[in-house]
Amino acid sequence: MKTREEIFNILKQEFPQDVLEFQNIPTEPIITVNPLAIHRVCLFLRETAGLEFDTLMCLSGVDDANGEKTNDPDGSVTIKGGTLSVYYHLHSMKLDHKVTLRVSTPREDPEAESVESIWKCADWHEREAYDMIGIIFLHHPDLRRILMPYDWDAGYPLRKDYKNPEFYQGMKVPY
Amino acid sequence: MYNLLNNLIGNDYLAAVVAALLPLFVFILPYALMAVLAERKVSAFMQDRLGPNRLGGKYGLLQTVADILKLFQKEDIVASEADKKLFNIAPVLVFTGTYAAFAAIPFSGAYIGSDIDLGLFYIVAISSLVVAGILMGGWASNNKYSLIGAMRSAAQIVSYEIPTALVILAMVMVTGSLNLREISEMQTAYIWNWNIFGGAFSGIEKFLLIPFMLISFVIIYISTLAEVNRVPFDIPEAESELVSGFHTEYSGMKFAMFFLSEYANMFAVSAVVTSLFFGGYQSPFGYLGNTLGISWLVPLEQLFWFAAKGLFFVFVQMWLRWTLPRLRVDQLMTVCWKYLIPYAFVNLIIVGLITLL
Amino acid sequence: MALKTEEMVLNMGPQHPSTHGVLRLEVELDGELIINVKPHIGYLHRCFEKHCEAMTYPQVIPYTDRLDYLSSMYNNFGYVVTMERFLGIQVPERVEYIRVIMGELQRIASHLIALGTYGLDIGAYTPFLYCFRDRETILSLFEMTCGARLLYNYMWVGGLSHDLHPDFVPKCREFLKVFKPNITELNNLLSYNKIFVERTANIGILPAETAINYGITGPMLRGSGVKWDLRKNDPYSIYDRFDFEIPVGTGAQGTLGDCWDRYFVRVREMEESVKIVEQALDQLPEGDINAAIPKRIKPPVGSIYGRVENPKGELGYFIMSDGSTNPFRVKLRGPSFVNMTVFGELCKGHLIADVIAILGSVDIVLGEVDR
Repeated sequence: MKTREEIFNILKQEFPQDVLEFQNIPTEPIITVNPLAIHRVCLFLRETAGLEFDTLMCLSGVDDANGEKTNDPDGSVTIKGGTLSVYYHLHSMKLDHKVTLRVSTPREDPEAESVESIWKCADWHEREAYDMIGIIFLHHPDLRRILMPYDWDAGYPLRKDYKNPEFYQGMKVPY
Repeated sequence: MYNLLNNLIGNDYLAAVVAALLPLFVFILPYALMAVLAERKVSAFMQDRLGPNRLGGKYGLLQTVADILKLFQKEDIVASEADKKLFNIAPVLVFTGTYAAFAAIPFSGAYIGSDIDLGLFYIVAISSLVVAGILMGGWASNNKYSLIGAMRSAAQIVSYEIPTALVILAMVMVTGSLNLREISEMQTAYIWNWNIFGGAFSGIEKFLLIPFMLISFVIIYISTLAEVNRVPFDIPEAESELVSGFHTEYSGMKFAMFFLSEYANMFAVSAVVTSLFFGGYQSPFGYLGNTLGISWLVPLEQLFWFAAKGLFFVFVQMWLRWTLPRLRVDQLMTVCWKYLIPYAFVNLIIVGLITLL
Repeated sequence: MALKTEEMVLNMGPQHPSTHGVLRLEVELDGELIINVKPHIGYLHRCFEKHCEAMTYPQVIPYTDRLDYLSSMYNNFGYVVTMERFLGIQVPERVEYIRVIMGELQRIASHLIALGTYGLDIGAYTPFLYCFRDRETILSLFEMTCGARLLYNYMWVGGLSHDLHPDFVPKCREFLKVFKPNITELNNLLSYNKIFVERTANIGILPAETAINYGITGPMLRGSGVKWDLRKNDPYSIYDRFDFEIPVGTGAQGTLGDCWDRYFVRVREMEESVKIVEQALDQLPEGDINAAIPKRIKPPVGSIYGRVENPKGELGYFIMSDGSTNPFRVKLRGPSFVNMTVFGELCKGHLIADVIAILGSVDIVLGEVDR
């Protein structure tokens, strides 16, 4: 059993470039990782003795909404710049410790590595994050929409600047 | 019966038509209506529910009548991609196959649709028509569930006909007749003359026969369950997998025909089992009519006994349905080919040897 | 020359009696043998997460009811426990006890549906109605307490909506007394039925390693022989005060981790839940049912991931706050959603009838898979 700070120190030592910072928020400390290195970091977390994170509890895509906001005349918001993030909640059943990782990707080019090959559990979670937030997971075997219709082309609903389309396949959307 | 009517009416054709329709209207239709209601009531009783209890008084007696009226009014939907001819013929064929089987079943000493010497053979043959109907319906629906259901059904019914036939063969060796009325007549007088208790044999043979008769009965009962697609062998219409199998696409009266023929079929196989093993229309003890010297009472009593025995086996079928889960298709085949058929064969040989004694 | 053959693609659902809701399974078949199963979900997507962003924190609770609508109480429970940890609120003792009682009754109700419908999938009608009979009593207990039978909105942040009805404790005890023999009845009727065992044993085997890798939780994971229950392993509320066992699969009728094991774990979990409710009823203290909480709930900036042992597995809420009265992001990690991921893997090489048996043993509720 290790605290999150200890885990961060181990990671920092192993990946000095890719493990970026440790935010010690009292409710939930978070380790920020380079989105293109998350696969390596996670593999290390699972395989290293003393860490052994065997389960991915949750994987959530989040729109940080920290870019430049412009108010459109129709009352909606458009966001430019800023980041989209993915949060990974890992847990080790053997050693009973947890850690939260975060990767932040630029909003215009949201690409992160997939961890599907490490925890199969990530498969649908990543598809959901892609579906809802629009984060593209590299090397994911089957990155399709999951909850929305396959031919939904009006954007990613959980983004903070999402606008409902007027019509979907000739059906009126707002009711 | 035909002869009686012929004398009464004096016209060959009319007499034939009346003789053919009589069991349908007098017995099968009312029976099917009541059986559907009984099924509901039996299931309700077993499941801690009330069942139909509004229409037709406290026991919902008119429930099925209302259901049939509803089905009459339903639109008769034929899917546009379906093969219309086959689709329309299928329910008729199924119903015909079922109904025609009743012709050779003796309801009482005085009434048998057609007193033919090849009765049993005829029943086995004509009820195979049902398979053709089911396969036709499944194929013509152009629906994958129907198709799978029909394929399963064909495989199942054809397979289970083998143990049925083997047991019937054994019974033919014991009784020496294919005529169900004659077989029933042989088991007359008292309960120990029923075939299940060794039939009309006497002495050591009778006691040797009893265990093998029991085995025969179990085998034929299991295989007839499978032939009429009842739980635990209701795989062709397994509603949790195949929606309703071969009759998924049917609606209205065509559906009702499948539905009615299922219940008619249940009674038909129960009647065959009764006639073969349980004395057919014979009373387990003497007749009231004989004692009192009222000769016309005897056939009525026989009808009562026949219906009572048949309905008891129908009830057992319902009982099983509401108790047991359903087998899987490969397990069903295993039961048939690996257990029932070998047992039926061995049984056939042994019964043959005993009758030779 | 060999005939050209082709696999048949069978679309099971979205309207199908055994998919437990609007799930579509694209089944590739070779005769009756399954080559591949592709689940398609999302037919019941109701934008739970987007809704939450427009609601204040307490207003989210009614929406949690509608996730896994067969275990609404426990969804409430998960959310309020997470929120209370986020806010640092301590709730009164009585509240904790009532929550545990409600939660465990809900677990029994949810498992009853799981077992009943499983029997139905296999073709046994009657156990289904027996299960519903017992569930009915539990729903009456809930109705007596909070007025609703399905969507309770009973647990609030820092307390409960209503105190227990004065008749609740005796009625609940009466129910437990009646219910215990009913479990034996279910076992005799279904669990040890030869046909049922034949249909479920050695079907859909899920090895422990695979289960952990797929993030499987709840009775499914325990059916694979892993002794893992958040009530013991990551205790929340007051579960550490009760004496109960974690039933695990043993491979008693077939291989470890088959459908029968998953089924039977649920049966035994009901027995354990009965034990917990009995203990909680014995210890139930008097007191207040609401903690003193601020009128406007504003958690600190940051995030939290809270998880509870829902009847179906690990129910996790990931809640992010930007310091306002509305959550910035709520992500729900539903047990049904995650347990569903392994479904395609389990089905390979089985027959069509087994798809239904496996799906039933996964025990999904589409309200939660699709959110």
